[in-house]
Amino acid sequence: MSSEANVWGVVAEFDSPAAIYAAAEATTDAGYVQVDSHTPFPIHGIEKALRHGPSHLGWFVIGGGITGITAAQLMMWWMNAVDYPIYVSGKLPYAWPATIPITFELMVLLSALTAVFGMFALNKLPRHYHPIFKHSSIHRVTDDRFFLSVEATDPKFDRSATAKFLESIGGKNVELLED
Amino acid sequence: MTALTAPTVDQVAPGVVTRVRPGELVGTQKGILGVSAVALVASIVPAFLGEDDHARHRVMFSYLTAYMFALSVALGALFFVMIQHITRAGWSVVVRRIAENMAGTLFPWMAILFAPVALWYHDLWHHWIDAQITDPTAADYDSVIAGKSGYLNVPFFFVRAVLYFVIWAGLARYFRGASLAQDQDGDPQRSLKMARMAAPGLLLFGLTTTFAAFDWIMSLDPHWFSTMFGVIYFAGGVLGVMATMGLTALYLAKKGYLGDVINTEHYHDIGKLMFAFMVFWAYTSFSQFMLIWYANLPEETIWFAHRSEGTWNAMFVTLCVGHFLVPFGFLMSRHIKRNTKTLAFAAVFMLVMHWCDMAYQILPNIDHHGFHLTWTDITAVVGVFGLFVAMSLKNIIATPLIPERDPRLAESLHFHNV
Repeated sequence: MSSEANVWGVVAEFDSPAAIYAAAEATTDAGYVQVDSHTPFPIHGIEKALRHGPSHLGWFVIGGGITGITAAQLMMWWMNAVDYPIYVSGKLPYAWPATIPITFELMVLLSALTAVFGMFALNKLPRHYHPIFKHSSIHRVTDDRFFLSVEATDPKFDRSATAKFLESIGGKNVELLED
Repeated sequence: MTALTAPTVDQVAPGVVTRVRPGELVGTQKGILGVSAVALVASIVPAFLGEDDHARHRVMFSYLTAYMFALSVALGALFFVMIQHITRAGWSVVVRRIAENMAGTLFPWMAILFAPVALWYHDLWHHWIDAQITDPTAADYDSVIAGKSGYLNVPFFFVRAVLYFVIWAGLARYFRGASLAQDQDGDPQRSLKMARMAAPGLLLFGLTTTFAAFDWIMSLDPHWFSTMFGVIYFAGGVLGVMATMGLTALYLAKKGYLGDVINTEHYHDIGKLMFAFMVFWAYTSFSQFMLIWYANLPEETIWFAHRSEGTWNAMFVTLCVGHFLVPFGFLMSRHIKRNTKTLAFAAVFMLVMHWCDMAYQILPNIDHHGFHLTWTDITAVVGVFGLFVAMSLKNIIATPLIPERDPRLAESLHFHNV
């Protein structure tokens, strides 16, 4: 027997994108908040049905971009005008037009890296194990089945009531999964 | 076996009003037409009056600035239509008819509006037109311009102008005509044919727009050259049309048309393209500037030297800040692009900045020591751009407001940004 502390959540299986979309709406309408979908392909608008708010990734990316701009400007100013001033073809040691391409490149580089690795971090990736893998038919998530999970951290979560609820909205193979 | 046809608009979007109700918008259209006609007279007539050659030339330059501004928007509309076809875009179907109707003004209206410029060619492009300048025995012989006379000569100049308008007219008429014909028969083959035609169409568009910018703006200063020049003109034009298209859609929505059809998702995409072409303009403009600044060759730097005199330097800073830095921060957020009020504000602001860019490129050839706004600058832009808007609106009133039987209409109606 498992203790309550080990329960990760309840997972239900659905047959079609339309079914999981409706189920996601019904689940969030019922007041659940720790709800997620696991599907073979992206389903348009599912994040609205799941009531997942806008991603915070954009703020990380703008931070990366501003860091890139600042780093590039400081680097070129310090190298060209402070540490080793050198006059090239009559330009000032620090001449702003010459710094723009590198500033732009470093902004793009750090923004892009932040976007990719920020996405990994927010998704807690890489991760080789996930409790949902314990579901008996989860292998079909890359083929033709759509899974909806309600996690135990949800304040409204109750192992039997939540499972019954997912069954009542058409979920099949509703299983309680341990971490 | 019956041929495959696209569903009718009643099947895809029941209850949507796709035509302007009889008598509506006509008053506004006539009003804009009237104002622009008066403004046109006020900006053309002074070029023929008075003894002061400089004042007369200044009037012509006002008109050229306004003309190149409005032309870039019309050309941008043509580009928008073709790029949607070549990419087989679904989202844009509901706004494409607006662009088709704007591009429809390229002929005859933009060609007619070119007439004053053609009439004043000797005054506007006198730097390379002066007869003596290519004669080696003459006192004011200019070997650089003589070397370019194979391209820069009056007959070829006008042959090219005719060629541009023939190509633009042909493309605009073809894409608008085929789309209107599809409204009738719903034949999906027309969409495929338009996608195929868009490829050579875009090639011709790219070449004609680039050379038109060379001919009508760059050759005002015939010693100077920049291969980037045509691209900057093109980028500004597409920026201009995204702004104008967004404002037109908002105007139609305010009058009770397409309010539910062209929704936040479409405005969001118009805003994204506005942002993209604003950045593209900055990218190309800066590329032109930096290469010239870095190489520091006198025959190239002279163009920016002229534009650093007096208040032209302030215009340079205005463009850096107003045409790039401020809108870059402002239009970055999706909330700004999805709010019609802020989007409309950005659209108007970008149109003003696009005019400033045209002024920066054209007017230093006559205002040598700084920018002096004259009242013909205002009347010319009201006249030329006003006529463009009035004739676009006339086309809009005359046709269905959306491509009624485009096979991708349903996709466009249900479009969502992820």
